[in-house]
Amino acid sequence: MSSTHRDSPASTEPNEHPASSPLSIHDMTVAYHRRPVLWDIDYDAPLGKLIAIVGPNGAGKSTLIKAALELIPKVAGEVLVFGKPYRKQRHVVGYVPQRESVDWDFPVNALDVVAMGLYRQIGWFRPVGKRHRALALESLEKVGMAAFADRQISQLSGGQQQRVFLARALAQDAELYLMDEPFSGVDAATERAIIDILRELREAGRTVMVVHHDLQTVEEYFDEVLLLNMRMVATGPTSEVFTPENLRKTYGGKLALLDRVGHQMQQGGARK
Amino acid sequence: MTVVARVARWCRGTATIWWLSPALIYLTSAASQASELEDPPTRWTEGLYRVVMLRDYNTRVVLAGATVMGVTAGVVGVFMLLRKRALLGDVVSHAAFPGVAIAYLCAELTSPGTGKTLSYLLVGATVGGVFGAMATSWIRRATRVKDDAALAIVLSVLFGVGITALSIVQRLETGNAAGLTNFIYGKTASMTWSDLKLIVIASVVVAGVVMLLFKELTLLCFDEQFGASHGWPTASIDMCLNMLVVAVCVIGMQTVGLLLVVAMLIIPAAAARFWSDRIGTMTCIAGGFGAVSSATGVVVSSIVPDLATGALIVLFAASLFVGSMLFGVRQGLVPRGYLLFRLRRKTAIHHLLRAFYEAAEVRTQLNGQLPTSLLLSHLGWKERTFAGVAKRGVRKRLVRRDGQEMSLTELGQRESARIVRNHRLWELYLIRYADIAPTHVDRDADQIEHIIEGDILHELERTLAQSADQEVPQSPHAVAVSHPSAVVSGDGQSTKSEGS
Repeated sequence: MSSTHRDSPASTEPNEHPASSPLSIHDMTVAYHRRPVLWDIDYDAPLGKLIAIVGPNGAGKSTLIKAALELIPKVAGEVLVFGKPYRKQRHVVGYVPQRESVDWDFPVNALDVVAMGLYRQIGWFRPVGKRHRALALESLEKVGMAAFADRQISQLSGGQQQRVFLARALAQDAELYLMDEPFSGVDAATERAIIDILRELREAGRTVMVVHHDLQTVEEYFDEVLLLNMRMVATGPTSEVFTPENLRKTYGGKLALLDRVGHQMQQGGARK
Repeated sequence: MTVVARVARWCRGTATIWWLSPALIYLTSAASQASELEDPPTRWTEGLYRVVMLRDYNTRVVLAGATVMGVTAGVVGVFMLLRKRALLGDVVSHAAFPGVAIAYLCAELTSPGTGKTLSYLLVGATVGGVFGAMATSWIRRATRVKDDAALAIVLSVLFGVGITALSIVQRLETGNAAGLTNFIYGKTASMTWSDLKLIVIASVVVAGVVMLLFKELTLLCFDEQFGASHGWPTASIDMCLNMLVVAVCVIGMQTVGLLLVVAMLIIPAAAARFWSDRIGTMTCIAGGFGAVSSATGVVVSSIVPDLATGALIVLFAASLFVGSMLFGVRQGLVPRGYLLFRLRRKTAIHHLLRAFYEAAEVRTQLNGQLPTSLLLSHLGWKERTFAGVAKRGVRKRLVRRDGQEMSLTELGQRESARIVRNHRLWELYLIRYADIAPTHVDRDADQIEHIIEGDILHELERTLAQSADQEVPQSPHAVAVSHPSAVVSGDGQSTKSEGS
């Protein structure tokens, strides 16, 4: 049975926010230029699961991740990582941004990019030393890219670039991973490599939340799913939540009033 | 590990402008020794000699100042270029000008005669530059005006303010505004010892900050959001980078002038990108390019009288850029064009060999002879093209040609089998994994077979579970479609294998 947001008392999730949850989002609303794009999100991620964030374009999937990482300000609500605010828990959270978010013609090689995941560990002012370079190489090995360590990043294929990004997050050895469309535009081999890594992470008790576009593979890859379209449509185990009815609700267009009110807030309350 | 060893490793690790420091020390120390005035040079060779040997005190000062400025601008410019803020330097330098003019005005009004004090003017320039950078980023963030428009507005408006203030200064009775226009066009030739001191101090500070923050600045330029997610204060690092630009603009205004300072920031960096794929090396090269163009500009302008030094410096930087753009080993136009040319020639030979193989496959043995007319119509080439390619094939000992007949050498047989195999493996891959109709794959494979080598080939063999022995698989589609008169092979045609 589906555990639809709010009106489902049979939800498998308890209503309070347990400290053990890797990511608790509590009544979070996020706006761009005062226009809300996420309304009142309430979610507790279960520990040690692969979780898909699914929804149409403009549903606020990336926004959800970025707001949780405090990259964009929240209008309301709070986010807790293992029961504490994110700014105290950065080291346990690994972030994989969208591949398109950076310029791949940048003059660095694959190893340099992976080492960026260790910069915090290295600290201010100090260059990347031998030890951290070895760590980065280890991380590249995990994604099967060790042979490409010296390759300038523009000479990598899309799938290889994605794996480099993944390796950068893995280098951090986090407890919770937030990945923004790691499967977009990758070849079949990379997709398999990535899902293998995600499963390994799950075996190691890590929690992984993935913005995912391919509805065909959701059931195969993910234990949990979070259906999103500006609001939380449904969340829970994939087998229960990933139903045609919930998908229709998610993809059946935006709620007209939600969109209109949002637009009006952007205009400063003035009516058209 | 001893402290010394740590410091040494750290210096190597930062890989910035250390290798330039001996030259700088030489130049600055040379500048500090005053020498007696000499007669003006009579011939240009003598002039060159005196410049190169640093005989004139003034030349030494100017050369040292301009060179140091060139290094600093080049180094900072790398980050501006990579942050895609190339024009911010322009905004900052234009914004620094009203700062200078207003500082002069204020100083003259409060206590007449002190307006030309350099420290006042530089404080004004710095404040103006920072204001310009902040105004741009504020307009971009808070209003609907986009990046480029914000830059254009701030740049032109603040320069307008500067010109207005300059005209007021000129009306003041005490005012002698001649010094102020130097900031617009630069005053390299009249650089003094105190100017040089300022440039060197500012450059050392800027270079030090870049070295300390090298990894942080790299992260900011490459992936700001990822950095922010790790808790790096990206806004502060960004502000720091802007301050470095302000510093470069303030010292650059003294040498090349505010109109051209942006050139010294961006051109050496852009040129350096053609020589390296590593940001550390690129920074070194950019600094070197900045130094070389500055030094050359100063030397030439001191030999040829009445040429504006600032403009010359920029022109030399530009010629370095053009040279890099053409001949740079990283995506320079000439090396890239040459590679393309080579690939095209290789492709032509491959086509010839494959045509031979496919024709031979259905007609005779691979080591037999074929009429050139058959190959020609199979390939659909012009006669001249065919002749040229065949000639190259003969020279590479791949084919033999006697009159209207052609045959493959032993090397040619091996090579053609390899090429056809690559072609067919790729076709099979396309059919099996990309769902492309067998009648369509020939064209697609045509473009690809020439670059299938090494790891791609292994991957392909692995994917298709094809053994690594050199067996040529049969064609997945009818061969010789372009040549209806040729015997069309069916799918069941037996495979010829020319094992090596």
